[in-house]
Amino acid sequence: MDNFELINALVLISNFVLIPALSYGSQLALATLSLTIIYGVLRFSNFAQADWMSFGTMTTILFTWYLQSLGITGGFLPTALIALPFAIIITALFCLLIDRSVYSFYRKKKSPPIVLMIVSVGVMFILQAIVRFVIGPNDRKFFDGEKFIIHALDFKDYFGLSEGLTIKSTQLITFIVAIIAMVSLFYFLQRTKMGKSMRAYSNNEDLALLSGINPERVVLITWVIASALITTAGVLYGLDKSFKPFTYFNLLLPMFAAAIVGGIGSPIGAVIGGYVIAFSEITLTYAYKKFFIYLLPESLEPSGLMQVLSTDYKFAISFIILVIVLIVRPTGIVRGKII
Amino acid sequence: MTDNLRAPLAFTFMGILLALVGFTQSWSVSLSIINLCLISSIMAIGVNLQWGYGGLFNAGVMGFTALGGLTAVLVSYDPVYEAWDKAGIGILISAIVLIVSITLILFAYRNISSPQFRNTSIILIIIVAILGINNFYGPSIDIIESINPARTGFLGGLGLPIVFSWVIAAFVAGLVAWVIGRLTLRLRSDYLAIATLGISEIVIAIVKHEDWLSRGVKNVSGLDRPVPYEIELQQSEWFINLVERINYGTLDSLQTVSSRQDLLNDLIIVSSGVFVKLCYAGLFLSVLLLIFYLSHLALNSPWGRMLRAIRDNEEAASAMGKNIFAQHLQIFMIGSAIIGIAGAMLTTLDGQFTPGSYRPLRFTFIIWLMVIVGGSGNNLGSIFGGFFVWFIWIEAEPLSIGFMNLLASGFEYDNPIRMHLLGSAAHLRLFIMGLLLLLALRFMPRGVIPERIQKK
Repeated sequence: MDNFELINALVLISNFVLIPALSYGSQLALATLSLTIIYGVLRFSNFAQADWMSFGTMTTILFTWYLQSLGITGGFLPTALIALPFAIIITALFCLLIDRSVYSFYRKKKSPPIVLMIVSVGVMFILQAIVRFVIGPNDRKFFDGEKFIIHALDFKDYFGLSEGLTIKSTQLITFIVAIIAMVSLFYFLQRTKMGKSMRAYSNNEDLALLSGINPERVVLITWVIASALITTAGVLYGLDKSFKPFTYFNLLLPMFAAAIVGGIGSPIGAVIGGYVIAFSEITLTYAYKKFFIYLLPESLEPSGLMQVLSTDYKFAISFIILVIVLIVRPTGIVRGKII
Repeated sequence: MTDNLRAPLAFTFMGILLALVGFTQSWSVSLSIINLCLISSIMAIGVNLQWGYGGLFNAGVMGFTALGGLTAVLVSYDPVYEAWDKAGIGILISAIVLIVSITLILFAYRNISSPQFRNTSIILIIIVAILGINNFYGPSIDIIESINPARTGFLGGLGLPIVFSWVIAAFVAGLVAWVIGRLTLRLRSDYLAIATLGISEIVIAIVKHEDWLSRGVKNVSGLDRPVPYEIELQQSEWFINLVERINYGTLDSLQTVSSRQDLLNDLIIVSSGVFVKLCYAGLFLSVLLLIFYLSHLALNSPWGRMLRAIRDNEEAASAMGKNIFAQHLQIFMIGSAIIGIAGAMLTTLDGQFTPGSYRPLRFTFIIWLMVIVGGSGNNLGSIFGGFFVWFIWIEAEPLSIGFMNLLASGFEYDNPIRMHLLGSAAHLRLFIMGLLLLLALRFMPRGVIPERIQKK
């Protein structure tokens, strides 16, 4: 085995496992952060989360189309990034509307979390209907701008390797945007007065009320931040792959899995959970045959695909992890809330 | 309105709705709605036992329905002997390896005290099991799936009458519920919901992708029927006579023999469809009444009162010496078994098993809607919910198309807004469902027919 084989193997793994998992993990982490903040402050599992993500992405797509029709584009960056802030505002306003008309009634009545969860199922139906009504159930691509940062063929030619490395611009954008979002969120939660009052409210509602925190303000900020996070996550996912309401709905369980694996209610846990779920989905279903062919001498070369689970079960992996974590350590990696 | 009047009023209202469909659309449509209403009611009773009486949020209804459907296939389909001959042994060996290794893991988990030694031995067992199973399983399923893939390509079933599967489905679903319940029932309520939702997705993933077992997304069609076929009816003497006798008046008023014969033929074709649906309705109704009666007996016994006591105050019930976990497990199994029966009945009615059609919206959340709208904690309420919500679910589509036509009537024929409105009418159905759930929770949280608490 010479050095080239080793480098080839590493490039192969980064191309098919590391980079896709990193970008999917970042998208999932943002979505999970939103879920976990709602859980932490408003104290219920929001089943409408995935369709909320569709709603935010749909708004972004509509704004993108509008901007494009005006002749405004992002140049080498996707236009959706310019549309994103507007979409976040609309999504947040819409969320506040739903909160005022639906959720606040049960919050004031101090209904048990399970009732709020059932209510969120109703909201889920309505959001699904709205999204499908406005933009339709079909697949939509809304990416424009420069597609690749590094192209596999160029990479091969330049380094003289037999394996190519592709980095799509959406993957880099995902990573950068996710890091910015996470850093500013943690700064907000840890350093600002509003963030501290949110954490206080989440930790102990009665004590927070006694110390003069306005609960309605906390709830309002929570919806706004959660909307911003979920819309960003949805747009990044949609830019990277494509937007389809049913695919987005299917992200609900990976989100819950990530939140629970990390420890529900804990922001840092949500980030860890997002990456854990993404990496397990991709590493467990990748066929390592070629990787081992590079690394092992010819006599030991594997005959099968060297796959832990068939790709048919890609989605099931997050559910399996979810169930195992719920059984073995329901508090998650970072100890979350157990009410 | 007194509570006593609610149930009769609700059911009369439902009857009027169904009769309206019968008069305005056709009796055949009305009967197909009724058949699915009956099945939905059974599912709703299953969920109601778990939620209304046990306080358990099972979001895995879809999984148990699919298990019921799978059982219907595995019981009624003829065995594929060729597949059994060539690869049955391999599958059996893999099953045995799986069972033995699970037993060994459980044994190691319980009986080895040193954590280090315990974990290494469990990992070792898993590795050996995976290697062992891979050795037999992969090649066997390749053989099975290659045998006549266009028609079978799976192991087939037992070749028994399909009605048997309804009973067996109860046991299969109950058994799976036992395993799931052991794992998840100690969790808090909303964790339980998420866990069961996840498990039901795993069940669907297995049914969809294990082609050797269920043919996967290639579907199994042509399941046998517990009721006669329309074609047979149309050719049998007694049925023709029956139709003739029922429509005696209309037939006699016709002048010529040939027009009389034409009308009779039409009537026979229509009535044979209605007759088949009536047969199904009779079967389903008897199952529904049996389940309703049995659960009524059970829930009015000391056992039922204990369940409600646990639901309302776990600590107090536990202090009285009741084993909360065991009771939860029991009711979870019973409810799931009932859902399993309904799943098998549904597959029987469809005559085919289509794993791709199991979606959580249709098979989990709609059923929940039925229980909540009908009145959780009251089986009569669940039956009403099953009828009412299913009726809305079916009739929402023509209604929304009508509504959209009204909205779009101001536009010209090929106006894009009009086309869009008409094209997305189908999605209004989801909106109606969501609205129904939110309105019920807000203004009628105890449902149309609320739980009755008897004080003695």
